Amino acid sequence: MTAVVALEGITRVFSLGDVEVHALRGVSLTVERGEFVAIMGSSGSGKSTLMNVVGCLDRPTAGRYLLDGQDVSKQSRAQLARTRNKTIGFVFQSFNLLARTSALENVELPLLYSGVGTKERKARATAALQRVGLGERLDHLPNQLSGGQQQRVAIARALVTKPSLLLADEPTGALDTKTSEEVMTLLTGLEDITVVLVTHEHDVAAWAQRVVTLRDGKILSDKRQTPLRLDPNRQEA
Amino acid sequence: MGPLQTSRLALRALLRNKLRSFLTALGIIIGVAAVIAMVAIGEGARSQVEETFAAMGTNLLIVMPGSNSSGGARGGFGTQPTLTWDDLKAIQTEASLVSGAAPTLRMNGQVQSDEQNWGTSIQGTTPNYFEIRRWPTALGAPMSDSDLDSGAKVMWLGATVAEKLFGPGSDPLGQAVRVKGVPFVVAGVLTKKGQSPMGQDYDDTVFIPTSTFKARLSPGLGTFLSGVIFVQVRTGEDTARAQRQVTSLLRDRHRLGQGAEDDFSIRNLAEVASAQQQGADTLSALLASIAAVSLLVGGIGIMNIMLVSVTERTREIGIRMAVGATPGQILAQFLVEALVLAIVGGLVGVGLGLFAAQQLSVQFGWPLLVRADIVALATGFSGLVGVGFGLYPALKASRMDPITALRFE
Ligand SMILES: Nc1ncnc2c1ncn2[C@@H]1O[C@H](COP(=O)(O)OP(=O)(O)OP(=O)(O)O)[C@@H](O)[C@H]1O
Ligand SMILES: [Mg+2]
Repeated sequence: MTAVVALEGITRVFSLGDVEVHALRGVSLTVERGEFVAIMGSSGSGKSTLMNVVGCLDRPTAGRYLLDGQDVSKQSRAQLARTRNKTIGFVFQSFNLLARTSALENVELPLLYSGVGTKERKARATAALQRVGLGERLDHLPNQLSGGQQQRVAIARALVTKPSLLLADEPTGALDTKTSEEVMTLLTGLEDITVVLVTHEHDVAAWAQRVVTLRDGKILSDKRQTPLRLDPNRQEA
Repeated sequence: MGPLQTSRLALRALLRNKLRSFLTALGIIIGVAAVIAMVAIGEGARSQVEETFAAMGTNLLIVMPGSNSSGGARGGFGTQPTLTWDDLKAIQTEASLVSGAAPTLRMNGQVQSDEQNWGTSIQGTTPNYFEIRRWPTALGAPMSDSDLDSGAKVMWLGATVAEKLFGPGSDPLGQAVRVKGVPFVVAGVLTKKGQSPMGQDYDDTVFIPTSTFKARLSPGLGTFLSGVIFVQVRTGEDTARAQRQVTSLLRDRHRLGQGAEDDFSIRNLAEVASAQQQGADTLSALLASIAAVSLLVGGIGIMNIMLVSVTERTREIGIRMAVGATPGQILAQFLVEALVLAIVGGLVGVGLGLFAAQQLSVQFGWPLLVRADIVALATGFSGLVGVGFGLYPALKASRMDPITALRFE
């Protein structure tokens, strides 16, 4: 079975006039199907840059990137958009929901761009919102929802296209501890999906099966661990 | 994503911010309304001119005594009489391009019925005058040759005079009307003719035979015709040539040598008409171009607000791109938004313009003149403006970098 993400020697250099910022300096990383990976590292270590490359929002300066076995490092902007639409779901720290747009319409958005018909779109978006426990809040606007609820709408939007990869850049960064736990329970409870999550918090990383640590654009360590949810003692504590 | 979905998407985005959408469309609304109202004004003015000249008849020459420079063109009052009854006969028989000529002798005076009294112009004329002016009777018989030969004391009333003396809708046939104590019998009432281009009421007049006029009211000056001659040209295109023909005929008869000034003047109504028409056309063009500029300004308004809107919605664009909108889909959405604003604005503008045109036509008493081609043109042009001025902002939106857009605050 092919890996969902296969990065080989990825570099990303930003040129600011004569200054070059090396945000990624040769990252090689493989993420298998069904894995739940946390990426950690200090501020400026290149976590978000890596997520953007993996999420096809950005293209690496050099290196090869196979997503679901397909080389996407040379795709055009339009092709990348289609790849994002089909295979990737994003969850952001700041939720990034469309303002003045109902939860249902927000979740429908990715389906709209892949050309799914109105009826099926509504049905799938409704189902996704029910899955994150917001079946009663379909017509609520983002500013009528709590932070945790907004993040759950964002998760529903990320899941509605049944992507093979879910990317979350500090999804709990704007939430309190209790709400963070709810969101993590939701993310770790998902089946048939690969999750890569960026976090600063060890409490959050503890939910992952594998923790990759970056420093200065390179991988410092890559460790497997027993995830939090499989430890009944800690869950009761 | 099909065009229908794109339209729905654009529409939803527009409805999400109704005030901004309305303000954007306002420029186009005003522009299109202005085009339609202005063109209607221009057309109204033109039709007004056309109507009055049609009432007068454009294949008409009016020969007046006195030269142009001595003020004879005012209508023959107080000028030295130079036209003779033989001149009239010569015009009728010798000018080949002329199909008829009739004299009018004129005086101002009081006309009295049993009850009422009205100051008007009293004209002596011949039966063919009514043919030349295409002015039939509404009641009673037209003037006949025997009325002329016998010098009968019969009178034809203009519609205004009939109304003033006998009340609206009455039948004054056979009633007595006195002029300077002379009793006339009303033999007919003329149809309504309306106003002259100078705003004078054609219907405020009465007619009697020339013979009666000379015998009972003003004896005149023997061989001289103390009035003007209406000349009808065979076809409208020959009016200018007929004018030259009548001029040379009269110069011969009056024995005017080379270089001598005409002792009469001829007014060519076709010339006056075309001058006035040109005035109306210039007005039309001027108004239309002012309106077109306002439509252009409306287009620039769309571009301006779309640009602001693209910047303001940077984050929205980033979100749409993150979930998989291609640059083409973003471009289409913003382009359709501009197009919808322009077209909806255009249609509302058409409605408003039609309303304004209708109000104006009531105000000025014009027929409602809305040219379908102008309505179509204005709407089409506003659509074009939408695409033209919406393209740059839409391109700008589609070329955004998703990461930068998502970070935008
Ligand atoms: N668009 C850009 N242009 C220039 N430099 C950039 C750009 N994006 C990131 N960088 C630089 O690349 C480096 C890595 O940034 P990145 O955002 O990936 O860090 P991070 O690990 O996500 O940090 P944080 O934990 O604060 O979010 C930083 O030095 C940053 O300044
Ligand atoms: Mg970051």
